[in-house]
Amino acid sequence: MIAMRRLLYLVPLLLFAVLAGYFVLALRPGYDPHVLPSAMIDKEAPHFDLAGLDGKGLALTALKGSPVLINFFASWCVPCREEQPVLMRLANQEHVPLYGIDYKDQPEDAQKLLAEFGDPYRRVGLDPDGQVGLNFGVYGVPESYVLDSTGHIRKRFVGPLTAEEVNKELLPLLLALRK
Amino acid sequence: MTTELGHFALILALCVSLVQAVVPLVGASRGNLAWMAVGRNAALTEFGLVALAMLSLMHAYVTNDFSVINVIENSHTDKPLLYQITGVWGNHEGSMVLWVFMLGVCSSALALFSNNLPPQLRARVLSVQGMIAAGFLLFILLTSNPFLRTWPPAANGQGLNPVLQDPGLAFHPPFLYLGYVGFSVGFAFAVAALIEGRVDASWARWVRPWTLASWCFLTIGIAMGSWWAYYTLGWGGWWFWDPVENASFMPWLVGTALIHSSIVVEKRDTLKSWTILLAIITFSLSLVGTFLVRSGVLTSVHAFATDPRRGMFILLLLLVAIGGALTLYAIRAPALKGGGLFAPISREGALVLNNLILSCGCATVFLGTLYPLFLDAVGGPKLSVGFPFFNRTFAPLMVPMILAVGVGPLLSWKRGDLLGALQRVWAAYVAAAVAVLVAWSVTHRHEIFPVLGFGLAAWTGAAVIVEFAERVRLFRVGFGESVRRAIHLPRAAYGMTLAHFGLAVSIAGFSASAFDSQVIATVHDGSVLKLAGYELRFMGVERVPGPNFAGNRSTVEIIRSGRVVAVVHPEQRFFPVQQQTTSETAIRTNFLADLYVALGDGDAAGNWTLRAYWKPLVPWIWIGAIIMAFGGVVSLSDRRWRVGVAARARRRPVSVLQPAPGE
Repeated sequence: MIAMRRLLYLVPLLLFAVLAGYFVLALRPGYDPHVLPSAMIDKEAPHFDLAGLDGKGLALTALKGSPVLINFFASWCVPCREEQPVLMRLANQEHVPLYGIDYKDQPEDAQKLLAEFGDPYRRVGLDPDGQVGLNFGVYGVPESYVLDSTGHIRKRFVGPLTAEEVNKELLPLLLALRK
Repeated sequence: MTTELGHFALILALCVSLVQAVVPLVGASRGNLAWMAVGRNAALTEFGLVALAMLSLMHAYVTNDFSVINVIENSHTDKPLLYQITGVWGNHEGSMVLWVFMLGVCSSALALFSNNLPPQLRARVLSVQGMIAAGFLLFILLTSNPFLRTWPPAANGQGLNPVLQDPGLAFHPPFLYLGYVGFSVGFAFAVAALIEGRVDASWARWVRPWTLASWCFLTIGIAMGSWWAYYTLGWGGWWFWDPVENASFMPWLVGTALIHSSIVVEKRDTLKSWTILLAIITFSLSLVGTFLVRSGVLTSVHAFATDPRRGMFILLLLLVAIGGALTLYAIRAPALKGGGLFAPISREGALVLNNLILSCGCATVFLGTLYPLFLDAVGGPKLSVGFPFFNRTFAPLMVPMILAVGVGPLLSWKRGDLLGALQRVWAAYVAAAVAVLVAWSVTHRHEIFPVLGFGLAAWTGAAVIVEFAERVRLFRVGFGESVRRAIHLPRAAYGMTLAHFGLAVSIAGFSASAFDSQVIATVHDGSVLKLAGYELRFMGVERVPGPNFAGNRSTVEIIRSGRVVAVVHPEQRFFPVQQQTTSETAIRTNFLADLYVALGDGDAAGNWTLRAYWKPLVPWIWIGAIIMAFGGVVSLSDRRWRVGVAARARRRPVSVLQPAPGE
C-alpha cells in the first residue's frame, strides 16, 4: 500500500521523462517543422488537361521537355496578391516558365485579378472544382510546384513565395534542372 | 568599452550566482549561519551585475554601436529612440538578458524582504534561485551572447522587425517575463520545502503573495500580447492558439490553480503535496515554453531566430531543473502529511474542482500545442491542430469551472451546504436566463454556444455580486451596518470578488466574438461601405513620411444616420530597411463594441482593399483581464501579507490563523 503510494509520486517524473524523450527527438538534426513534405515529391505529376483562361488549354503533356513552375492561385486569396510582385519578377526578369492553375475560382474573377495586378503566367488552366489541386495535394493557395522536364514533381512551396525562397531555393533548383 | 564591461559583468554574475547556489545550501545543511547569510548578498550582487550588463547593452543600442553584432542585426540609426531601447529585448539574445534581469529582480526582492523567514528556508530558497540564474547565465554566455563584436563595424544596422515596433509589443515582454520568472520563487520555495521535508500554513503564506504577484504580471502580459495581436495583425483576431501564446497561457492556467490550492494549504493545512507539485509545474511550464519558443521545434508566427544548439542547451537545463525537482518530489513528497479532512461538498472541495479543471485545461492546451511534435516523432503526417481542436476541447472543459466560480465561495470550509448555496444565488439564475434570452433575440445569427456563453458570464457576474452582498449582509441588516461590514472586509475578499467578476466580464467578451460582422471590399475615393448600421466613406489615401517608414494614410469617415460620427485613419507602413509592410489599424471603440478598419493593398489606379469589422464587446476581454489583475493587486495589499505579519502569525498556533475571507 505504501509502496503504491510512493509509485504515485513517481508519475510526474515519468511523464516528464517521456516528454523529454520527445523533445530530444524533435531536436534531431534535419528536423524542420517548417517544411511540409509532399508525398508527391519525385513522383510523376498527376495528369491534367484543363480548359484555359484565354481559350488555349493547359495540359501536363504540353509542359514536358523543360523544367516549369506551376502556381496554384485564386482571385479570392489574399496571400496570392502578396505573392504577385514576386511572380511578376520571376516571369519578366528571370524568364521562368510559369504556369498558373486557377483553383476553385470563377474565370471572370481571375481575369479581373490578372488585368488589375498583372499577368505573370504563360498560360492559366482552370480548376473550378479543385480536382487537380486535390490530386497534387494542395493544402491551400498559393502553392507552387517545380516540375522537371520529364514531368516529375521536384519541389513544393507552400504559401506565398518569398524573395528569399526564390533566390536561395527556386532559382538554383531550376538552374540545376536545366542542365 | 561599455560592451566589454557588460560582457564581463555577465561573466561575473555567473560566478556570483554559483556562489549563491552552493554556499547557502551547504550552510543550511550544516547549520552554519554565516554561510547561509551569503545568499542575501550574493543575490543582491548578482542582480547588480546583471543590471549593469543590461544597461551596457542598452547603451550599445542607444549609441548605435554597429560593431556589436546584436545591434547590427536588430537596430538602425533611423529607428526612434523608444524602439532602440525596447529593441534590446526584441531579439533572442537580448530577451534572455531581460529574463535573467527579471530573475534578479525577484531574487533580490526575495533577499530584501525575507528577514522573517527561518534562516534555513531562506538560504535554500535563495540557493535554488541562484541555480536557476546560473543555468540561464551559462546559456546566454555559451550560446546567445549579445555582446559579440565584429570588425570592421557595419555602416548601419538591419533594423528591428517592423511588426515589433509598436508600444504594445515593446512593453509586453517585461510583464510576461516578470510573470514567468516570478513563478521561479514558488518553485524555489517548493524545492526548499521538499529538501526540508516540511510544509505548513506559514509556508503557503510566504508562497502565495509571490505567486499572486507573478500571476498579476502574467495576466497583464498575456492581455497586452493579445491586444497587440488584435490591433496590429489587421485581421481582428485576438487569440490564435499559437504555440507562443499557449506557452504563456499554460503557466497562467496552472498558476491560477496554484493560487487557489495554496489557500487550502494556508487555511486548512491540507493538499500540501499537490500544491508543491503545482508550484513545480507552474515554473516548469514557463521553462518548457522558453524551450518551445526558442528551439524551433514548433512552427509559430512569432518565433525567434532558432538554433538547434540553443535548443539542446535549454533541454539540458529543463532536464536538470524539472527532472531534479520532480525526482526530489518523488522521494520526499510521500512523507508530507496532510492535515484537515473535508467533505467533497465544501470550500476545499470547490477549490479541488477548480484545480482539477484548470489542470485538465492546461493538459489539453499542452497536448494541442505539442501534438505536431508527438505525431512527427512516431512518423505521422505533419499537421497542427488549430482553433477547432481548442474550441471543442478547452472551452467545454472550462464550463463547469465557471459555474463553480459562482457557487464555490458561498460554501463553507470542511462541509458545505450546496443546496443552500444554490438557493442563495437565485438572482444569478435570473440574470443568466435574462442574458441568454436577450442575446438570443438581439443577435441575428442564432448560435447556441456563444449565447450560452453570455448566460455563463451573467451567472458568474451575478453570483459574485450575490456573494459579496451576503458577506456584508446587505438587506439583512441596516444599510449602515452593511457599509461598516464592507469597510472591515479583508482586502483579500475584495480581491477575490474583483478577480471573479473580471473573469465574468472577459467571458462576455469571448462569447460576443461570435457575433461580429465584417466587410472586405476594393474601394476608391468616395466609396461607401455598409457595416452594422454604420456607413464607412473612403476619402482617399495620402502619403505621409515616418522616421523609418513611408506611410499610406487613408481617411475613412464613419457615418451613422447621415451624420459623420468619427473620422479614422487606417494606415499602411512600408519599412524600406526590411522591405516589409505593416498595417496600422484604426479602432474606434465605445467600450460596448469596436469598429475596426484596416487598409490593405492599393494599385496605381487608386483602388485600395479596405477591411472593416464590427466587433461587439471585444474590449471587455481586456477590461476583464485588467479587473482580474487588479483583484490580484488588491488581494496582495491585504494586511496579512505585510512584511513581518507572517513572522508574527507563525509564532501563534496554527489553529488561530486569521479568519478565512468567507467566515
